[in-house]
Amino acid sequence: MSHHIVEVHELEHTYPDGTAAVRGISFRIHHGEAVAVVGANGAGKSTLLLHLNGYLTPQSGTVRIGDFPLTKETVKDIRRAVGMIFQDPDDQLFMPSVYEDVAFGPLNLGLPPEEVEQRVQQALQRTGVEHLRERPPYKLSGGEKRAVAIATVLAMSPDILVMDEPTSNLDPLSRRTLIELLAGFHHTKIIATHDLDMVIDLCERTIVIHEGTIMADGPTTDIFNDDLLLKKSHLERPLRMQACPFCSRR
Amino acid sequence: MAKIESAFLDLTYLDRLATGDTVIHRLDPRVKVVIAALFVVCVVSFDKYAIAAMLPFAVLLMIIMGLGEIPAGYVITKLVVTSPFAVMVGIFNPLLDQQIVLHLGSWAISGGWVSFLSILLRFGLTVAAMLVLIATTGFNQVCMALERLGIPKIFAVQLLMLYRYIFVLLEEGQRMHRARALRSFQKRGMEMKQYAYLLGQLLLRTIDRGQRIHLAMLCRGFDGTIRIRQNLRITTRDIVVFLAGGMVLIVIRRFNIALLLGNFITDLLQ
Amino acid sequence: MHMADALLSPTIGGAMWAATAGTIAICARKVQRDLDDRKVPLMGVLGAFVFAAQMINFTIPATGSSGHLGGGMILAVLLGPCAAFLTIASVLTIQALFFADGGLLALGCNIFNLGFFPCFIAYPFVYRPLVGSNPTPMRIAVGAVLGGIVGLQLGALAVVAETVLSGISELPPAAFLAAMLPIHLGIGLVEGLVTAAVVSFIWKARPEILQYTIESRPLGHLRLQKVLIGLGAAALITGGALSWFASSNPDGLEWSMAKTSGKEELEAPPTAIHRLLAGLQEQTSFLPDYGFKDGGTEPEIAGESSSSWPAVDKGTSTAGLVGGGLTLALAVMIGLLFRKRKQTP
Repeated sequence: MSHHIVEVHELEHTYPDGTAAVRGISFRIHHGEAVAVVGANGAGKSTLLLHLNGYLTPQSGTVRIGDFPLTKETVKDIRRAVGMIFQDPDDQLFMPSVYEDVAFGPLNLGLPPEEVEQRVQQALQRTGVEHLRERPPYKLSGGEKRAVAIATVLAMSPDILVMDEPTSNLDPLSRRTLIELLAGFHHTKIIATHDLDMVIDLCERTIVIHEGTIMADGPTTDIFNDDLLLKKSHLERPLRMQACPFCSRR
Repeated sequence: MAKIESAFLDLTYLDRLATGDTVIHRLDPRVKVVIAALFVVCVVSFDKYAIAAMLPFAVLLMIIMGLGEIPAGYVITKLVVTSPFAVMVGIFNPLLDQQIVLHLGSWAISGGWVSFLSILLRFGLTVAAMLVLIATTGFNQVCMALERLGIPKIFAVQLLMLYRYIFVLLEEGQRMHRARALRSFQKRGMEMKQYAYLLGQLLLRTIDRGQRIHLAMLCRGFDGTIRIRQNLRITTRDIVVFLAGGMVLIVIRRFNIALLLGNFITDLLQ
Repeated sequence: MHMADALLSPTIGGAMWAATAGTIAICARKVQRDLDDRKVPLMGVLGAFVFAAQMINFTIPATGSSGHLGGGMILAVLLGPCAAFLTIASVLTIQALFFADGGLLALGCNIFNLGFFPCFIAYPFVYRPLVGSNPTPMRIAVGAVLGGIVGLQLGALAVVAETVLSGISELPPAAFLAAMLPIHLGIGLVEGLVTAAVVSFIWKARPEILQYTIESRPLGHLRLQKVLIGLGAAALITGGALSWFASSNPDGLEWSMAKTSGKEELEAPPTAIHRLLAGLQEQTSFLPDYGFKDGGTEPEIAGESSSSWPAVDKGTSTAGLVGGGLTLALAVMIGLLFRKRKQTP
């Protein structure tokens, strides 16, 4: 299934104030892969993600999602294929109730009412938040907001999920629930994050970005064992892979 | 407590009341909006010296509040807090209109005092009606009703979005306000320069948020029109309540029930 | 300052509602036609911003009192007049509903007073010409301060006009005006200064945000004269119709002891219900006459006031007092009753 492929080639982006946020990034992600994009603050992760759903179009280089190169004409199709989950769910949940938020996308697709209803129901079921259906978003907890935000994206039935810091601001239990939820999805996943422990759980492949370029791209375990590389890119070994100061003292 | 914090509490409190499930809550919001509007028009259309004739409206409001399980204490507190403007303007009436219109024993009452009292009563009734409407309906439902009743859709969408983000922005403003307060020690007020800086920061963040929301909307196929799901369905019960409520309002507006009652009692006493 | 329902006659309230509804309709059409879908969420969050900003106070220099942002001007600068008007209208609607600022009938007045003047007068005719397409902090300051003052002076003028025309308050127009205008001069100055400071801050930090409205013509193809004429006509027609309705439908059952004209007798109209009640009265009362008959201890009160007040019927006012008192008691009782009921289960 070629249309699940994400291909970025020699992508560059400079903001109007002269900051070169992305300076020649290339990678290729295959159908069903789960890939983590990690790097320091300001390394260019967010700018990269903004290209994947067509908010930014390439100044130089190309982005291909499935069969489409990203251009102004294909932006609509690309947005249907790529589901974007934002870092702050408050930005994503703008409608007065959970139901309306989840139905927003399907309604814009022009689907008939029964199908909209069915999609909303399925998406809410999938993320385990059916009981929140009629609630206004400002009355949800952080974990619930995140789950609903994911449901809003699932209702569009995307092929590829792009996530920006999905575990930020979550309590440990909600974080674990979310990780389990994401692990159950068979979509192609691209996750930008600082939560390296989650990366171990979810992504077999990791791309390290540093100052707008790719520092490393390979199997997660290899990368997290390369202390020099991690240090250079302002990262450190996930806690789970560090020797435990209490256990090892014994 | 800072104003911003009390505003937050107020909003959440009214919002919580609106989740109730009483006879009043279950009515179609359109019915409630129209009845509330009629209520206000009835009250303000009274002559400027009317007092007794308005009181039946208070009875009606009390019944609705009782049925809707809205705590009267809350509504009264709100009325007291918001009354200064009406009091300020109304208080001139006793000074300017000193014609004696009534004697209570040896107590002479001027027209000004009567109209002042009338202003306060109007104020209380109209404001309480609004609070009761919101507390038994919820803002989102009121917007849906307004949209159905014909206000421009983009305005309805504005109201909904504004209400949605008030919670987010109040929290953000509150955090900044607190951060400032923590570092300003004994100084209580905020200088204008600081204030403008704080607002500027908040405004920048807000504009960025607006852009992110727009992006989130685009990601889900937004094309300029927001499609609101209308799930309001008028039942026979709603129509009956609407007609009955409207009639009650017109009757107590048309007939001075309090006066009739008074006549009845005074006659009885004789 | 917010207009309140309590001070408004339905005629004036209705007329202002018509003007406001008309402006909202025009603005909604224009915003929709502009097809700038970025504005939809931006208006929402900026409205929330103004709402939050109004909840934060600062100290007004040299006075010790505190003030806050009104927001009309800043919205106009960021969004352009039409979108700003819709936004300020939403803010005021929510305030009316949740914080009881003003009220439902006064909402029309309030939106007009606080939205129309800054968005459609102060911004296009004061701020824009002064600031031009090449803003400097100085120009922004002058434009915002003058714009703020003009907007609020007009708003204050409108509050006075609405109050006086409604005739509920006894304040003489001149005195009211003399109180309102200087106060609002101060408020307008402060509003202008804060707006200037915030706009300059944005201009320095992120000029591209302001570029957007700078490039657009403030009113687009909207002809202000045409709009004003239309709104004036709408307000006049509504006001006229309502006052005609009100005068052709005089209320015979007011507690009209204070009707100085004295022409209106306190005869109840012979409607079915009244006849029924009157019949009931006759049957149940010993003396088929109104009011207390010089009840022993009660001093004679009618004689004194009768000269200045021909229409006052002592009996009627007594009945009014008794009835009013009872009704009030009933209201309180109902409140208590429901409270009890809620506590017991």
